[in-house]
Amino acid sequence: MDNIDQIVDARGLACPMPIVKLSQAMTGMEVGQTVEVTATDHSFVPDIEAWCRKTGHQLIEVNEAEEEIKAYVKKTK
Amino acid sequence: MSEDQERVSIVLFSGELDKAMAAFIIATGAAATGMRVDMFFTFWGMSVLRKKGVKVEGKSLIEKMFGWMLPKGADRLALSKMHMAGMGTMMMKNVMKQKRVASLPELIEIAKQLGVNLHACEMSMGVMGIRREELLDEVKDIVGVATYVDDASRSKITLFI
Repeated sequence: MDNIDQIVDARGLACPMPIVKLSQAMTGMEVGQTVEVTATDHSFVPDIEAWCRKTGHQLIEVNEAEEEIKAYVKKTK
Repeated sequence: MSEDQERVSIVLFSGELDKAMAAFIIATGAAATGMRVDMFFTFWGMSVLRKKGVKVEGKSLIEKMFGWMLPKGADRLALSKMHMAGMGTMMMKNVMKQKRVASLPELIEIAKQLGVNLHACEMSMGVMGIRREELLDEVKDIVGVATYVDDASRSKITLFI
């Protein structure tokens, strides 16, 4: 994944912190920029999909591995 | 805050740690999803808003008794089940810390950062003899049921916990 503008490390954090940290990072980003979020809480997979559906930001990719999940979200507005 | 922003309103009636945490997790989650969140604290839920170490003069005996018997703030709440004279709550707090679950005071701080509005119930304060200066500075205002009804009627989600 190239063009990552911001990184959010939410590893080890439980719900709701991964989306809280993502949301806080988003407020400081420009439209069109991409954030990479890493989490270990597996509920982050359905949650990032729901979060993007609700907020309208674009979910580019989710990679779920045994030990961690990486998601890439583009700010759309 | 725009008028067409989606809204959530949550009543926290309960004064137990687990229920207050559920309320704040939903509140912070909704706020992080771009929704406007209003939380209304009433009855036992008022304990969550108590500021520590505030002494108020001129309270009646019954008002003082409420002050002694109710939990003195968010970090003093007990679990609704398995409290076991404090042992259960202490163990649960330790487990949550190990699993890096945000504590209730941390969740309140996050709610503040995300712009969640905290409203206190006038009637409960009157019954329990709680004064404004005994509540957290984050409390936005002191309101009645009409404010909640107006708010809830414009909310997509409303919860009573």
